[in-house]
Amino acid sequence: MIRFVFALILVVVALPARAGVEIKQVTSPGGITAWLVEDHSIPFTALELRFRGGAVLDPEGKKGVASLMAALLEEGAGDMDARGFARAAEALATSFSYGASDDTISVSARFLSENRDAAVDLLRQSLVQPRFDDDAIERVRAQMLSNLRSDLKDPRAIAGRAFDARIFASHPYGQPVDGTVESVAALSRADLQQAHRTLLVRNRVFVGAAGDITAEELGVLLDQLLGDLPTGQATLPGPADLAFDGGVHVVDFPTPQSVVLFGQPGLGLDDPDFFPAFVLNHILGGGGFESRLMSEVREKRGLTYGIYTYLGDKDYADLWQGSVSSANDRVAEAVEVIRQQWAEAAENGVTAEELQDAITYLTGAYPLRFDGNGPIAKIIVGMQLQGFDREYVNTRNARIEAVTQADVARVARRLMDPALLTFVVVGQPQGLAAN
Amino acid sequence: MLRYLAPVVSLLLIALPLRAGAQVSSFALDNGMEVVVIEDHRAPVVVHMVWYRAGSADEPPGASGVAHFLEHLLFKGTENMAPGELSATVARNGGSDNAFTSYDYTAYYQRIAADRLPLMMKMEADRMVNLRLSETDVATERDVIIEERNQRVENDPSSLFREQKNAALFLNHRYGVPVIGWRHEMVALDQSKARAFYDRYYAPNNAILIVAGDVRPQEVRALAQQYYGPLPANPDLPARIRPQEPPQTAERRLVFRDARVAQPYVSRSYLAPERDSGAQETAAALTILAEILGGGTTSVMAEKLQFDSQTAVYTGAFYGGGALDKTSFDLVVVPAPGVSLQQAEDAMDAVLADFVKTGVDEAQLARIKMQVKAAEIYDRDNVERLANRYGRALTQGLTIADVQDWPQVLQAVTADDVMAAARAVLDRRQSVTGWLMSEEATQ
Repeated sequence: MIRFVFALILVVVALPARAGVEIKQVTSPGGITAWLVEDHSIPFTALELRFRGGAVLDPEGKKGVASLMAALLEEGAGDMDARGFARAAEALATSFSYGASDDTISVSARFLSENRDAAVDLLRQSLVQPRFDDDAIERVRAQMLSNLRSDLKDPRAIAGRAFDARIFASHPYGQPVDGTVESVAALSRADLQQAHRTLLVRNRVFVGAAGDITAEELGVLLDQLLGDLPTGQATLPGPADLAFDGGVHVVDFPTPQSVVLFGQPGLGLDDPDFFPAFVLNHILGGGGFESRLMSEVREKRGLTYGIYTYLGDKDYADLWQGSVSSANDRVAEAVEVIRQQWAEAAENGVTAEELQDAITYLTGAYPLRFDGNGPIAKIIVGMQLQGFDREYVNTRNARIEAVTQADVARVARRLMDPALLTFVVVGQPQGLAAN
Repeated sequence: MLRYLAPVVSLLLIALPLRAGAQVSSFALDNGMEVVVIEDHRAPVVVHMVWYRAGSADEPPGASGVAHFLEHLLFKGTENMAPGELSATVARNGGSDNAFTSYDYTAYYQRIAADRLPLMMKMEADRMVNLRLSETDVATERDVIIEERNQRVENDPSSLFREQKNAALFLNHRYGVPVIGWRHEMVALDQSKARAFYDRYYAPNNAILIVAGDVRPQEVRALAQQYYGPLPANPDLPARIRPQEPPQTAERRLVFRDARVAQPYVSRSYLAPERDSGAQETAAALTILAEILGGGTTSVMAEKLQFDSQTAVYTGAFYGGGALDKTSFDLVVVPAPGVSLQQAEDAMDAVLADFVKTGVDEAQLARIKMQVKAAEIYDRDNVERLANRYGRALTQGLTIADVQDWPQVLQAVTADDVMAAARAVLDRRQSVTGWLMSEEATQ
């Protein structure tokens, strides 16, 4: 058991050094590891599980099976049907939520200290012995189909699907996590059981826990909760080829405001240039009211309510993405301004003042995230998925502080490519020719 | 070493009966500004908020959206700060800031390292009285709120439907006008309208300061006196009296059609009483009624419409008791494929009629109360949510005691109370039933 605490370097505006979380690594008697931040001030525990391998492992033609499987975990388990399971959770005042993304199956739970064992046993049944009753499958499938039909008429969903289909093409990322009306309609109970066996495997699980539980108690809990899961070796996909072409691609949809997604290739967390790129993104479009794009597109021109960019670090693709929405008769100007800003930053980098402001913000805001059991459990499970060690909480701010103006300029030149910056526009934009 | 004090203090609080929550204290400044301090010493963070008892329902007729527009303009500079300087300063100190507007309140907040509290107070106090705007900034920001309306409302048929339904529910009250404003009035908003709202409502005697996180009440008191204390009260602050609803005696119905609707649904809103200070019992019963009728998998509507029959793919019941004036009790049924909106509505009404006859399942009521009790523990994990709860309550006519009593009032609700509330509120004459459907749908 090793102690790690924040060691903030004190600069002029540094935070007080008493910020601290201590991340413990816990290994259960059965060999399952977890990270824990112990805090006994409130008598409950937040628990986050992530199983690597989500919708990317959906078999050909069965897109949406991971998502429907995850949604069914709470719809009957052990000797309880869906309502029996829900009543049991209510009586314990515990809550569980289950979800699928491209890269993971996620399970979030919180339970009171006073009935922890019963709550964990209930959660265990949903993970180990889900029933996949026929009536539950049909009921939840109908909900999913309803959402899928709504997505077909929602400009934001249309944009997301069009962007992914264009950029990721034949990679599993190219298809929506929730599948299509056709694929979901065709899923069978056997498909769901197979997805459960493939995805909920103990050798691919990451665990973050925070709150009123000791390392010893967590160790016992891990074996109870996850010890009965099988191991699995489903082959994970390889890296995606990214089809950015620098074009503007319009999807005609009758709605007053165009929804725009844009992007270009990004870089991975393991790239030595990641931190300069992270700071650069913050200055360009990551930083709330202060970013260049927010200033140029919203504050100066009133073209949108919000514009954001982010470095998307998916398991098998690294993207630099952004989004904006503007009225159909103004969106062409928004796209033009984004392109100008992209070219400007690529050529000239950022100013010394912008860099200093970004570093101050990013390092100052970091410890403020660790402000509750719920957020802490999420952060520490995310760190494991991203491949960080526990030491990261100590070194992260120093790595950001080490970024120089020359680093940012070099990374901007290396990475930002206006010729690859690709736009997907859903709406009826004026003056934006599809190309 | 402060953080090691917290567990001891908290354990003491847990040993108390239901009232025990986070440590909350309050006081008032001489100029009438109320101050609430919520302590949570687990992380060196503070949330600093100023809430004004002024929201869209306090707007003058014809200027809908001005409360929200003014909220945007408060980031556009003062006699001492350039446009954007406040947010930039917050960010330069590692914090984040924002603001929000609703029917009964407008609130501004920063989330930042606890030792930056004095700077936050200095800037927030400044913009309470020293707003200075340029015509250019006002015009550009009006474009921004139009785009906000485009994003939130015009691009979303459900939002357009809700606007129409609310307008039909409230015959006389401003709750029938959208917070963001009607588009035709938003485009006519200008500096003079915003300024008039500011001059009327932005003053310490109409404001509540909430500081939550790693702070001590003595320290907050000293800082509040230093920064907010010198601000003059507005002697002409109007009494908060809005046009009230007349007796509602005729059921209203509407059909909203939009080609962008993929999933039709039926929703009904009943006019309902709100939480009143010192008299929260009816609101508590309605809160539990909403859970019983449509709070999830084990609710009565789910049982009858999603399990016993496959009439609906989704059902829900909602009651938000937080409002200065009358509020609504809402039901929604999303029909399964092949079920018409008329059939869905009829099935919903059959469930309600049956419920009024059969009454409350005591086991379900007990489970709900267990969750109410647990919520007091879970809620303490998020001090910002607690701060928001107090801010809403104090701008909606409630007191700190009302907030702290609320869990107990909920625990005291009996099955008879729930049924009495149900019989009173489920009155079609005081309701709007709306159908959201696609243009090409054949119902």
